Amino acid sequence: MGVKLLLDKANVPGIRTYDVYRREGGYRAVEKALKEMSTEAIVEEVKKSGLRGRGGAGFPTGMKWSFIAKPEGVPRHLVCNADESEPGTFKDRYLMEFLPHLLIEGLIISSYALGSNDTYIYIRGEYAWIPDILEEAINEAKANGFLGKNILGTGFDCNINVQRGGGAYICGEETALIESLEGKRGNPRIKPPFPAIQGLWMRPTVVNNVETLAAIVPIINIGGDEYAKIGVGKSTGTKLISACGNINKPGVYEIDMTISVEEFIYSDEYCGGIKGGKRLKACIPGGSSVPILPANLLLKTAKGETRYMNYESLSDGGFATGSMLGSGGFIVLDEDQCIVKNTLTLARFYRHESCGQCSPCREGTGWMEKILQKIESGKGEISDIDLLWDIQRKIEGNTICPLGDAASWPVAAAIRHFRDEFEWHVNNPELSQTSNFGLQHYADPIHVPA
Amino acid sequence: MATIFNDTQMTEFKRLVARYPEGKQKSALLPALHLAQESFGGWLSTEALDYVASLLSIEPIEVYEVATFYSMYNLKPVGKFVFEVCQTGPCMISGSDNIIEYIKKTLDIKPGETTKDGLFTLKLVECLGACGYAPMMQVGKIYKEHLTKEKVDSIIAAYRAEAASN
Ligand SMILES: Cc1cc2nc3c(=O)[nH]c(=O)nc-3n(C[C@H](O)[C@H](O)[C@H](O)COP(=O)(O)O)c2cc1C
Ligand code: SF4
Ligand code: FES
Repeated sequence: MGVKLLLDKANVPGIRTYDVYRREGGYRAVEKALKEMSTEAIVEEVKKSGLRGRGGAGFPTGMKWSFIAKPEGVPRHLVCNADESEPGTFKDRYLMEFLPHLLIEGLIISSYALGSNDTYIYIRGEYAWIPDILEEAINEAKANGFLGKNILGTGFDCNINVQRGGGAYICGEETALIESLEGKRGNPRIKPPFPAIQGLWMRPTVVNNVETLAAIVPIINIGGDEYAKIGVGKSTGTKLISACGNINKPGVYEIDMTISVEEFIYSDEYCGGIKGGKRLKACIPGGSSVPILPANLLLKTAKGETRYMNYESLSDGGFATGSMLGSGGFIVLDEDQCIVKNTLTLARFYRHESCGQCSPCREGTGWMEKILQKIESGKGEISDIDLLWDIQRKIEGNTICPLGDAASWPVAAAIRHFRDEFEWHVNNPELSQTSNFGLQHYADPIHVPA
Repeated sequence: MATIFNDTQMTEFKRLVARYPEGKQKSALLPALHLAQESFGGWLSTEALDYVASLLSIEPIEVYEVATFYSMYNLKPVGKFVFEVCQTGPCMISGSDNIIEYIKKTLDIKPGETTKDGLFTLKLVECLGACGYAPMMQVGKIYKEHLTKEKVDSIIAAYRAEAASN
């Protein structure tokens, strides 16, 4: 059993309520932070913890906090990013549904550290039942003196409001989220200026992911140094992984980042192996935008070393032979899955979610979907595969926000590692409509059925 | 249906606006559109959009821009129950294609259509953050997960019964 810092109490009956959460030691971190620590000391503790943003980019949280501008007389805001829309990712939902007070506690401490008197949770609109759960927790915290005016007699005032989005993946991008919170279309802003200088209503703003903000609670409780001892290298603390696809036990798992990918997939404590005794073909380890890896590169790196579930190990080999930890959306594909079809659904997703501001993204995502559709339906030509490659290269790096890259990477990685499966589709227009390419040489070399 | 909030809805609207600082009432636009859609029969007519604009003291175009950008706002009438079935990668590899086919056949409609009795609309949507509980669909505020053909049958039967009892 690995260390658990976030989900350790998830199974305590009634933990959703203030009384049980408090009895189990909840809100002690708020008391410690607000009564015993200066705001600078909290930021220092978060820096020491090595915590990296859990929304996907992995940017050091303490450093981000230290960038926030503090002009005289201008309010500052903390915004919690609960837009969670990256395919494969459903960990924030779990935290909010089952441990709402953990998030609220993290938000109070973070708001205090950043000087945010009005803090917002921006939650994807489809999670329509969760705002009620969060508002209930907010009201309970307020009734017990942890929110509202003059919290714990410290003179610090804080309100937390929940806003539902309207259904748009792009609003997970922090500047699009801010636009949306201002009641506009979710068009990402050109940076600079960064939100830390001019964010919500042009005021200094920090946007952090749900899981990042929840992790502030154990950091304050055990201290940054102790937190940093968990994990390995620059992957400190614990990470939530939402596992899905063709596995026996899909769900949300908390890992300390020292376990191997193999253990995560095959151990009964986590995914419990591939469903129906089938064989592992491929995996997208960090949400739909990170590169897909064939089984042989997933469990071991190109150098033949064991691959671990952490930032450094998953990206070992760069995009040539590695991937990314990303948002922790872990998508497992078995031997019967078609890589072309899977890539097509992702291309359609990004075309649908492009905000349309930049031509490479707006046009390119549509072209990629059309070409993939053509190949998948058995009407493709070999030159289409090269065209796809060319288009994704022209999108990447040429757009206002990283959605362009996020749309390119899955297509690039699929062609890079599974080019012969694409060619098989082109060369077998009829057969490919009734059967699959299968495993071929991509098989997991470790778990070979007897 | 009158496009004007009743007292309860108006109280809720005021609560939404009060969450933002003075002069920033436009921030309440997305939540206000959700409220309007729920209050006015599941979709937003031009009158409804104009009404929200007048309540927030903003130009109608500011509301149209937003209502057309986000996928959750219906700009055309929909059935009483909208089945929004996820079709993205993780759901697809877990069998969503079969579920979509089955719903199409059972209700005899294509995606985007509504049954003749006005009860059901089928929409294909992208990842709803329930990938580990796939295949899945959203109906109103609720997620229906781990879908099977049998489960789809019982969901449809339950909604038919609900509609008949009203
Ligand atoms: C297209 C796109 C979608 C994103 N979606 C999310 C999201 O749903 N949730 C999230 O926390 N971060 C998302 N991000 C990352 C945010 O822009 C931002 O980096 C993050 O909220 C910062 O918080 P963190 O440092 O705590 O991770 C997205 C980024 C992009 C480019
Ligand atoms: S990259 Fe795509 S989503 Fe991002 S701003 Fe440009 S068009 Fe919009
Ligand atoms: S892919 Fe269907 S809910 Fe995520």
